[in-house]
Amino acid sequence: MDLQIILLLGQDGITNGAIYALLALALVLVFAVTRVIFIPQGEFVAFGALTLAALQAGKIPGTVWLLLVAGITVALLDGINLLRERRFSRLPPLLLANIGFPLACAGILWLVPPGGLPLWAQVVLAMVLVVPLGPMLYRIAFQPLASAPVLVLLIVSVAVHMAMMGLGLLFFGAEGSRTPSFTELSFEIAGAPLQGQTILVVLASAILIAGLYFFFERTLYGKALRATAMNRTGARLMGISASMAGKLSFTLAAAVGVFSGILIAPITTIYYDSGFLIGLKGFVGAIIGGLASYPVAALGALLVGLLESYSSFWASAFKEVIVFTLIIPVLLWRSLTSKHVEEEEE
Amino acid sequence: MKRHLPLLLLIALVVGGPWFLSDFGVTLANYIGLYAIVALGLVLLTGIGGLTSFGQAAFVGLGGYATTYLATVHGWSPWFNLLVALALTGAVAYAIGFITLRMGGHFLPLATIAWGISLYYLFGNLDMLGGNTGMTGVPAVTLFGWELKAERHFYYLIWLVLLLAIVGVRNLLDSRSGRAIRALKGGVVMAEACGVNTAQAKIVIFLIAALLAAVSGWLYAHLQRFVNPTPFSLTQGIEFLFMAVIGGIGHVWGAVIGAALVTITKQWLQDWLPQLLGQSGNFEIIVFGIVMVLVLQRARQGLWPVLLRLAPGGREHRRTLPAAEPLPRRTLPEAGSLLLEAREVTKRFGGLAANQKMSLTVSAGEIMALIGPNGAGKSTMFNCISGISPASEGEIAFLGERIEQTSSREIASRGMSRTFQHVRLLPQMSVLENVAIGAHMRGKSGTLAAALRLDRNEEARLLAEAARQIERVGLGEHMFDPAGSLALGKQRIVEIARVLASDPCLILLDEPAAGLRYLEKQALAELLRKLRAEGMGILLVEHDMDFVMGLADRVVVMEFGEKLAEGLPEEVQQNPMVLEAYLGGVE
Repeated sequence: MDLQIILLLGQDGITNGAIYALLALALVLVFAVTRVIFIPQGEFVAFGALTLAALQAGKIPGTVWLLLVAGITVALLDGINLLRERRFSRLPPLLLANIGFPLACAGILWLVPPGGLPLWAQVVLAMVLVVPLGPMLYRIAFQPLASAPVLVLLIVSVAVHMAMMGLGLLFFGAEGSRTPSFTELSFEIAGAPLQGQTILVVLASAILIAGLYFFFERTLYGKALRATAMNRTGARLMGISASMAGKLSFTLAAAVGVFSGILIAPITTIYYDSGFLIGLKGFVGAIIGGLASYPVAALGALLVGLLESYSSFWASAFKEVIVFTLIIPVLLWRSLTSKHVEEEEE
Repeated sequence: MKRHLPLLLLIALVVGGPWFLSDFGVTLANYIGLYAIVALGLVLLTGIGGLTSFGQAAFVGLGGYATTYLATVHGWSPWFNLLVALALTGAVAYAIGFITLRMGGHFLPLATIAWGISLYYLFGNLDMLGGNTGMTGVPAVTLFGWELKAERHFYYLIWLVLLLAIVGVRNLLDSRSGRAIRALKGGVVMAEACGVNTAQAKIVIFLIAALLAAVSGWLYAHLQRFVNPTPFSLTQGIEFLFMAVIGGIGHVWGAVIGAALVTITKQWLQDWLPQLLGQSGNFEIIVFGIVMVLVLQRARQGLWPVLLRLAPGGREHRRTLPAAEPLPRRTLPEAGSLLLEAREVTKRFGGLAANQKMSLTVSAGEIMALIGPNGAGKSTMFNCISGISPASEGEIAFLGERIEQTSSREIASRGMSRTFQHVRLLPQMSVLENVAIGAHMRGKSGTLAAALRLDRNEEARLLAEAARQIERVGLGEHMFDPAGSLALGKQRIVEIARVLASDPCLILLDEPAAGLRYLEKQALAELLRKLRAEGMGILLVEHDMDFVMGLADRVVVMEFGEKLAEGLPEEVQQNPMVLEAYLGGVE
């Protein structure tokens, strides 16, 4: 192993690590706000990448049907409540957001052949098609269980992951896709090539992380989410709706997931079930941060990326074994250092 | 009778099964049995213990691969391999459990996801285990010289194992260890204060679940006669949990119903969905995922309780307790000897000092009352003394030994027992069982003895003791009612019975008279006087001044975390500072 390989592997590791860091941040966010361990995060990665790939291939991605069905379900669930409570004025915005918007998306796809669009428009379209599934998912699967124990929420989360993975297979088939690079730029550092795509991923992740930081520190909604994460009841008493906070955190997580998928799609071939493993690696990072600390989670995720990359060089068959076994010493360390106070549930 | 009806029904089905089932039916039944064994472990772990694992399939894999490797490479007997498989799985599960069970509830399932994946990849990449193609040539199991080659014959072995496992788990749940396990979900603090080692109980159920999974894997390997990694994937592990949740995660029969339902539905969906969708693939996971979400939203208890409600006949509550020898009692310290001495105890929560240099003593045969306005720090003081939330500074001595850093479990075992201001009972369990948890420390028999019903003598003595204390506090008519169905005042009395069942020498009662009617209060005062006469020390927090002043030998008054006054009831009642604290100053 010479310097060139070390640099090359390090580059790989940092690229993947940056993606895992993004996902880890979203996972910490969702857990802090809603207590949901967001296993389906990985499906948003896969849906994002594969939707973009489908758009580039000029096909209508199956996610648009999911968007329609999920939108109609949300409209029905909330609409019936509104009708019962005779709050008719709330109906038009509900229908517009949950039925009108998906219909508009489907209409655009039908009218404009997506294959001919410029890359940025395809990226935007992929985001627009998949990200709204986040809050809809929250409304359908998690909102009715908002006060359930973490364990129940986790089982629901896993169930949603299974369903979405099956839908991924249905929409995109068993073959994987890889999208063309966003940039063909390439540099050379110490004899090792540095891909422009790598720089793009790291930069985009850094910008997104900075953006999230700004959102949480400077905006009212960001502060509302932080308040909910710290004290759910207190936040509610201050007029912050728990379901708003839930939907918002799911929107952010979905956006981070889809964006990560789009970033990673030119680097690795994504299959309908690839997202799960990618998301879980973000999880290992998040667990290193104890599902609570954002900076430690991001660092942990970076570490996972590097570990994965170097272990793929030495023992490529055991790459996954090594990465996921890492969690055991991490948990041991956490369990020995943290003073756990028993919380009582149910 | 109704309790045993499902068991008899199942035995009949098992014996008769191969007579009327087709070949395909037998195959399906075999898989249902294998899955139900794993799901049964999850019922114990998740439904009853409140922990969970998505990685049970990996334990199944450990069992399956262990016997396959040993039988094909070393030619060892399957029965010996079973022992090795159990030992291996037990060791792995113990290590994992030791690491993760100490942490918050969600770390265990997350760890099981991670290690479920890593074991799956390990099976698929180790050349000595045949990689992704797996290993063939697993020998058939021989039972009393009868080779179980045909699926129709293997069926008996699978279902016999399942039946034994069900009987064992049911026996376990109805025992001393079983009550400890049932207290894990929502009663950890209470159980520890009753001397239950909850960390150990968690490890035990995690081990049982893992061992059941390993047995299923062993059976699987000898049924299929080959193994490959696919059936031990995380997806399968998740499916096991689905089975248990859909069937009814809180009931042993839920495992069987769930396994049957999911296996049959899956078979049907696998035929039907690809035709409908015009593609091949595991689309049944979409349906399972959605059904699972609906079940958890609409009927979190699963299918079995629904079936129970449809079945005729009400629930049987009453049973007669067998006569039993009374349990041995500890010798109480001589009346007047010092039991408890707290010196300058300070408890801080961040910057707030809830207790500031509090001192008090309690002697045997004395009722000491701790009074003060709401928020004065009385319950905090109780928590410091009983080890639930250790003091930040100061000394506490119980029976002459320092206990300020001792766990609540250890303190309980030395003879201090307490009730809680916010009642901590297990609402689904009967009053008798709740009180029997109090007697936990007075029994010894363990998990295995309970599963094999070798604990009946001791169990009868424990239950008889619990019943005696329930009669003593005057709740005999409610003995078999679910504790949650009693009025709050009576629930407090159940806690007192639980305290007495532990045979203590010092009892801490946190507002025992709250919510009681006049006559009930008089009966309670009478009981406390009797206990005092027996030589017990009693530390009492109470707001009802008539009750306190008529009963207590000495009184300590607290305000803002500090001691305001101490003395005989009459003295304290005259103390101007106490009057001001209670009634407000006169300007």
